[in-house]
Amino acid sequence: MSRMEFMQGNTACAEGALAAGCTFFGGYPITPSTEVAEHMALKLPKRGGVFIQMEDEIASIAAAIGASWTGARAMTATSGPGFSLMMENIGYAVMTETPCVIVNIQRGGPSTGQPTRAAQGDMLQCRFGSHGDYGIIAVCPASVQEMFDLTAEAFNLADRYRVPAFVMSDEIVGHMRERVMLADTVETTPRRPLSPGRLPFEPGEDGVPGFPEFGRGHAAHVTGLTHDERGYPDATDHAAHEKLVRRLYQKIESARREIADYEVTNPDAEVVFVTYGPPARTVWQVMHDLSDPAIGHLRLRLVWPFPEFALAAFPDAKVFLMPELNMGQISREVERHVDVPVVSLPKLGGELHTPAELKRALEVHR
Amino acid sequence: MMQVEGKCELFEAGHRACAGCGPALAARLILKAAGENTIVVASTGCMEVFSTPYPETAWGVPWIHSLFENAAAVASGIEAAIKQQGRSEKVICVCGDGATFDIGMLCISGAFERNHDITYICYDNEAYMNTGIQRSGATPLDASTTTSPAGKCSLGNKRPKKDLPRILAAHGAPYVATASISYPADFVKKVERAINTPGACYIQVHAPCCTGWGFDPGQTIAIGKLAIETGLWVNYEMVDGVVAKAKKVRRKPVEEYLKAQKRFQHLFKPTPKTEEIAKIQAMADANATAYNIDIKLKQERQ
Repeated sequence: MSRMEFMQGNTACAEGALAAGCTFFGGYPITPSTEVAEHMALKLPKRGGVFIQMEDEIASIAAAIGASWTGARAMTATSGPGFSLMMENIGYAVMTETPCVIVNIQRGGPSTGQPTRAAQGDMLQCRFGSHGDYGIIAVCPASVQEMFDLTAEAFNLADRYRVPAFVMSDEIVGHMRERVMLADTVETTPRRPLSPGRLPFEPGEDGVPGFPEFGRGHAAHVTGLTHDERGYPDATDHAAHEKLVRRLYQKIESARREIADYEVTNPDAEVVFVTYGPPARTVWQVMHDLSDPAIGHLRLRLVWPFPEFALAAFPDAKVFLMPELNMGQISREVERHVDVPVVSLPKLGGELHTPAELKRALEVHR
Repeated sequence: MMQVEGKCELFEAGHRACAGCGPALAARLILKAAGENTIVVASTGCMEVFSTPYPETAWGVPWIHSLFENAAAVASGIEAAIKQQGRSEKVICVCGDGATFDIGMLCISGAFERNHDITYICYDNEAYMNTGIQRSGATPLDASTTTSPAGKCSLGNKRPKKDLPRILAAHGAPYVATASISYPADFVKKVERAINTPGACYIQVHAPCCTGWGFDPGQTIAIGKLAIETGLWVNYEMVDGVVAKAKKVRRKPVEEYLKAQKRFQHLFKPTPKTEEIAKIQAMADANATAYNIDIKLKQERQ
């Protein structure tokens, strides 16, 4: 039975994780994400799950990785400085194909920056922040409801593709309070177990190997070194490395269409806003105020892997406008896929664009 | 306060700490002891936040906010560069217990192993107060925090405090001391001794937090005293790894300390958890034996 509540985004994120069957949370306090950990500390023990406050964010994600290998749906939550600390482990999770969910309630950076103000400044870091080439999955909630829904979905995506999945939220959505419908259970796609006779890192047709859970008779060998399909280090063989890294990259890139999650409004529009996360809310207000079918909106609920084909939903677009709470991190991604101008509308400092600001941008650029 | 009254004030009033803040008093006393020729390295934490918003910085000495985890490493760099330049400033880290016991442990261990000439002072308010009262490695057994909430499944924090002074003494630190803001003259003397002792020295100062522990802001000093008087906090000095001096007390039962704070209320309500309280009393008893703090009258000694 579902229930309706009025709650904070961070709490809804924790509720989404619980509904998805998360049984392990390793975390560390950091503004503005701490409420996720606090809610898990309160709720997980009552459900027989484990909440551990770790000694820092490096340990938090490492604990989630360890828990994941026991078959647990495991997560951590943090913000900018903690996210930066997690980078080496994120690459490790990618390399070892460990499903886990990392929530980043983004705040203003660089460094300690603005702990209590929102930003979207970690969008490229989440995609490229660890060393080496790889692919990850990142969702971006724009409402408290989506904090619940997309956190739950992140667990499915992580398990489905054996990859760290990111909930790239921010202080605005994290601390905002809204009505939210909490489903008791959500649709879960369980981690595909390793089939008998298959090697622990031998991919299926989709590039994703079955999961050789610890303690299920696989004697899995897990390492961040370049490894072969048995999982054994093969760190000097150029062919083995190329094969592995290409697969880690391609298993996510080739799933772009399958996992894309976006909304198209007014596909015949000539001027199109592209948003992810809370800037969508300002665009909703602008479109409501102007009710002009020549203004379109592509709202991405999932940013990585980037669904460039979604831009084709606006064949008449003459210009794309991109309000982001950063210096234009994703606008470049849009730019390289379209032939018309892409106008970045960066906003720093922690507040959303106002409707007036976006209306002015419309006047200037349409 | 007599012995500390006359000293200079380098930690200015007008900062944004809560009324009754123990750590604010610690900072004031540290700078009274250290004087002008000092560089302060502060990790992320309550003190960093409440003492520094421009233009109201409370610090009258050079001050650098590192990250949460690396004050000891930044201090290592400052100290090594100062030494190379033949300069004489004293380098002091002033960090909370989360930064010290948990996230900063790696950098502290490195700095103490290399034995930089720094004084590392941990203001210990026994939880992450800046982010809203989450447990740390310094949180005492059974204290309720937002990440160790007391309730049906839990009696609060599951483990006793990490014994960090001994861990740092085991690094070969020449001088390690514990202190309390409730005994300011003792604290000031210890800071002076630490900064004048060559090598990496550590002081852990008990700094009650009325907001996080749940007591009236007027009671900060009294709560700090009760910690000492019950034997749950021991003020001692370790020189080259050996306990040289510990403050003696006529001990009171631990209930007096626990009852005075909201974070331990679940041990008394709805029904007294006598077994848990006995565990905490046993910890105080063990402290009393280990540090020989009980004042014994003549006839008791016989």
